[in-house]
Amino acid sequence: MVENRPLAAILTHVVLILGTLFLCFPVWVAVVASTHPGEALVRSPIPLWFGDKAWENYSQLLSGGVPSTGGVPLSTMLGNSLIMAIGITVGKIAISLTSAFAIVYFRFPFRMLFFWLIFITLMLPVEVRILPTYEVVARLGMLNSYSGLIIPLIASATATFLFRQFFLTIPDELVEAARIDGAGPVRFFFDILLPLSRTNIAALFIILFIYGWNQYLWPFLITTDPDLYTIVMGIQRMVNVGEAIPIWHYTMGTAVLAMLPPVLVVLAMQRLFVKGLVESEK
Amino acid sequence: MHKRVVFQNRWLPFLLVAPQIAVTLIFFIWPAWQALETSFYLEDAFGFSRKFVGFDNFTRLFADAGYLRSFWRTLVFGVSVTALSMGMALALAVAANRVIRTATAYRTFLIWPYAVAPALAGVLWFFMMNPSLGIVAYMLEGTFGVDWNHYINGNQALILVIVAAAWKQISYNFLFFLAGLQSIPKSLIEAAAIDGAGPARRFWTIVFPLLSPTTFFLLVVNLVYAFFDTFAIIHATTNGGPADATSILVYKVYATGFVGQDYGSSAAQSVILMALVVAMTVVQFRFIERKVQY
Repeated sequence: MVENRPLAAILTHVVLILGTLFLCFPVWVAVVASTHPGEALVRSPIPLWFGDKAWENYSQLLSGGVPSTGGVPLSTMLGNSLIMAIGITVGKIAISLTSAFAIVYFRFPFRMLFFWLIFITLMLPVEVRILPTYEVVARLGMLNSYSGLIIPLIASATATFLFRQFFLTIPDELVEAARIDGAGPVRFFFDILLPLSRTNIAALFIILFIYGWNQYLWPFLITTDPDLYTIVMGIQRMVNVGEAIPIWHYTMGTAVLAMLPPVLVVLAMQRLFVKGLVESEK
Repeated sequence: MHKRVVFQNRWLPFLLVAPQIAVTLIFFIWPAWQALETSFYLEDAFGFSRKFVGFDNFTRLFADAGYLRSFWRTLVFGVSVTALSMGMALALAVAANRVIRTATAYRTFLIWPYAVAPALAGVLWFFMMNPSLGIVAYMLEGTFGVDWNHYINGNQALILVIVAAAWKQISYNFLFFLAGLQSIPKSLIEAAAIDGAGPARRFWTIVFPLLSPTTFFLLVVNLVYAFFDTFAIIHATTNGGPADATSILVYKVYATGFVGQDYGSSAAQSVILMALVVAMTVVQFRFIERKVQY
């Protein structure tokens, strides 16, 4: 910094430490709660240090599940979440790559119309068109299926724009060189465009994976079969148990398991994550 | 957006855009159109008959005190979430921008909540503030004598969802503020310091104005987040209650349509929300890009 002020330096660290505590404390409490037996969590104050039931609680959750979610083991729910998240991510990236390729590298009728149609999807979040979308999926017979969980969510204006933006920065000379060497559009796409887009694809993959994993309303609406529950929406059935008291040690264990995969992805690939986040919002 | 060199092919481009366009038409445009159409009809609860009623569904909504209250509540909720999360994120970003050696360590601790699903953020805070065993409720009771019970007290329930929603969004705002701060040339700050401006003065006269494009961008993104993405927080915790205290507009669309089965009214609410998103997207793309730049 410009001048040396010890007081300001201390204040800086105080702010950062308080912020870190505020962000981490809820998760600390959840992790601690998930290592205690149920009886430890019935009245205040609850323990703030780990108990000795971590193994029992988590193995019960992963293999046996809890009655309020239909007794589905959480390993099944985690599997469903993974299938949905990967399906949405791969689907979004694949169809966005091809449509951006078409819009940038071809001149064809209705090109701008298609562009605007894709753009409009930005303005129609699931939450505002729940009922009619549900009806469409029901009529197509896609309720309670992986395709119903994945396909309606794979349109992506953001990803298409990102790839379009990137393709526009690729020098024309590359296309010319490829054409002189006799490469057609398909060859150009696979041998030149895809390898060049690698970093962009990886960065976007992280953002979209988190988006897919964290879906809540959509799986809640279209799955009534407990075997297709995803973990993020499944936890809702443990909290909303009506007059009964939620079984907190299991609920918190589920919350920890549900947030672990996306959080690990962010922590492990921090640099790509930041790149993806900043670029996909431009 | 034009390339000089393009490929010639009659059918390939159509094939390439086909999947995206198909999904968009079937799952976005068609349902949105359906919502628009249904909003002009009155349907009986069993779906046997419906009749055209013009703008009745809309006038009924705006005459409904409950809907107007929900509008107001959504505004309070959205503004509180945005102010709280952006304020804290800005303070953290300014601090993180000052430290050099430990910056990466702090950043790691501050960015991960982005990956936590809104529903889970809600559940975490729901547990922390649980009247009988929540640690925060316990501390509030012990230190301030606050009798915390969001099952009964509507305002407390609203505070609960505001805190949970803001908590989840801080990381996002922090990253964008930090990126904005890092793009401000050091020479400007140094020049001001030489002219005798202290840290506070430098922040408000140089840094903050230069950050305004980032701030406005985040303002729109946060409001959109608070209005729409927080559905999960509310649905997983308070269920819109007690007595509709946390029933924001997007929750009401769901409650009216799926629980109340009043399709016409739910569709009319959808249309109103869509108009709101369109307006905000237009603001984001037009106004911000042009006006707020130095």
